Amino acid sequence: MKVHEYQAKDVLRRFGVAVPHGGSATTPAEAVEVARTLPGPVWVVKAQVHAGGRGKGRFRGEVSEDVLDRVLKGEDGVPGRGGVRLARSLEEVGGHAEAMLGRTLVTKQTGGSGVRVRRVYVEQGCAIARELYLAALLDRSRSQVVVMASTEGGTEIEEVAAHHPERIHKVWVDPAVGFAAFQARQLGFALGLAGGSLASFQRLVTGLVAAYHGTDASLAEVNPLVITEAGDAIALDAKMTFDDNGLFRHPEIAALRDLLEEDPNEVEASKHDLNYIKLSGDIGCMVNGAGLAMATMDIIKLNGGEPANFLDVGGGATLERVAAGFRIITSDPAVRGILVNIFGGIMKCDVIAEGVLAAVAEVGLSVPLVVRLEGTNVERGRALIAESGLPVITADSMEDAAHKVVAAARAGRSAWPS
Amino acid sequence: MAILIDANTRVVCQGITGSYGSFHAKQMLAYGTRLVAGQTPGKGGQVFEDTVPVFHTVREAVRETGADASVIFVPPAHAADAILEAVDAGIRVVIPITEGIPANDMVRVWPVVKARGVRMVGPNCPGVISPGKCKIGIMPGYIHKEGSIGVISRSGTLTYEAVWQLTCEGLGQSTCVGMGGDPVVGTRFVDALDLFQGDPETEAVVMIGEIGGTAEEEAATWIRAHMTKPVVAFIAGATAPPGRRMGHAGAIISGGQGTAQDKFRALEAAGVHVVRSPAEMGRRMREVLGR
Repeated sequence: MKVHEYQAKDVLRRFGVAVPHGGSATTPAEAVEVARTLPGPVWVVKAQVHAGGRGKGRFRGEVSEDVLDRVLKGEDGVPGRGGVRLARSLEEVGGHAEAMLGRTLVTKQTGGSGVRVRRVYVEQGCAIARELYLAALLDRSRSQVVVMASTEGGTEIEEVAAHHPERIHKVWVDPAVGFAAFQARQLGFALGLAGGSLASFQRLVTGLVAAYHGTDASLAEVNPLVITEAGDAIALDAKMTFDDNGLFRHPEIAALRDLLEEDPNEVEASKHDLNYIKLSGDIGCMVNGAGLAMATMDIIKLNGGEPANFLDVGGGATLERVAAGFRIITSDPAVRGILVNIFGGIMKCDVIAEGVLAAVAEVGLSVPLVVRLEGTNVERGRALIAESGLPVITADSMEDAAHKVVAAARAGRSAWPS
Repeated sequence: MAILIDANTRVVCQGITGSYGSFHAKQMLAYGTRLVAGQTPGKGGQVFEDTVPVFHTVREAVRETGADASVIFVPPAHAADAILEAVDAGIRVVIPITEGIPANDMVRVWPVVKARGVRMVGPNCPGVISPGKCKIGIMPGYIHKEGSIGVISRSGTLTYEAVWQLTCEGLGQSTCVGMGGDPVVGTRFVDALDLFQGDPETEAVVMIGEIGGTAEEEAATWIRAHMTKPVVAFIAGATAPPGRRMGHAGAIISGGQGTAQDKFRALEAAGVHVVRSPAEMGRRMREVLGR
């Protein structure tokens, strides 16, 4: 689960990580009020959206579509102003908030449609001496948490890893003893810190690792971590994502979920325990199991089609869940054909067939539907579909199914017997 | 022969009295698995399906029945503890089926499992089956056929698809291992490939990977150095967009790493027979074996 920067900073603050003073606002007036409570004379106004790359992002309407295209390509030096702006007066704070709230921000990560900014975060500005990078995340190859630090703050860590891997320093947390003080020192010295800055960095990194473990995070990233001119280590930007599997024991974290930042169909799907991800193609698919769902998307593509979504109905899908999945797929106006691919193991094919038929009866069918069933009770499942009299196209293998659905979608609705 | 489990494996089912555990315990019994014990704290003394004694603790189950493998259907919040209990009781092979265990729990438990020399498959996996000998997990037994192809996969139903293709091509399986899609898993491709390479009954291996992580790349390196048996591989998720988690916690392309193309390339360079279409896994294996 993703959260906003201001939420991540609240979490980190609770674990003793130094973050700049600030507060969030949903109107320009509120933004000014927040700024008034901070000493100034410099403030930073930051758009709160889940996507990264805000600083280099641009607002639709403020710059031309050509400029937005350059943003999407990740170009540097694009004209216009981004989603993170410096203000030197309260009026300027209000102006920046006005320019961001309710507007659409396009960043390298949002895709062309961009995301609507509903909230800004107003922060105390600080005098920066150095910009560093720090993160805690799971290293899957070692099955341990790795704490990474780099002298290249403010840059995407992937870039640093590609061009200057020697500038990334790593320590791994022994789960039995936890993050050790010497490891914090080791990272601090590797970054060239000394004296008060070193001590301040040690406190910050120790707090970050505590926050990671204490909230079942899957990523806690501070980029940049700045050393101020006064020598303090502060988390200037912060990103946290949380392990969905750990949310049950952190209701305070689960409450941070911002449904407005998510695709409405994905939200609807999650209510039914369905795993749905909207994609850009026109072949809707419903599959049981994540691996088979991905493989189904792949084979659609190999047959010249583009998947409209990823949808895993899970191992124990009920009639209701299958129907809900069907409703979600058909509510996507881009969908021109639907492929249902089920390998029934524990999930019996006849039950799936009943679910699909019930869903079709309920939501109707305006595009071609191809069903491929295999596994337990497959004969009964196929018979149910054949007897239904509905214009369902059946397929007897993945290859056959993908081929048929792409052909049917291409033929269009005119060729569709309704 | 087979790997991990065979006709002599004696299984204890942790969480046997739950609805999920009891359903699959019945299926395992029906398949012919030597399910010798069940375990649920507080339910000791019950007898499951008139044949399987249930114990409060795994330690008792092992002492009374000689169980040496465990299958775990305990809910996510308590699954890590169940793994530790199995390890402590001297179980040799632990197979947690449970989906949704917090990654941090597995990070904490894994070093203990490893230090005790216990083989863990999963979590969040379909289990392991040596067709005709022993089934530990939730896979449909009938799609399998006894034979000489090893199968190792990160996915559940996609494994069934591969197995079914093999069976339809007349190619039986020695053992099928569903390693699970979580970020922290006990048995990786490399571990299973090593076991298959050393198993005289296994003639060739089908390997099914997914986007995310670097397990397939690690497997490619290992195969190039050690594997003499033919390997056919497919990687799911070539069409997946970066940054989106595709169901499995592990299946995410991040920072340009873990793409299907990278994995295809690494495996091809290691001499693996890579298929780009999931429909060709069985057919390619038959061709590779010259049948």
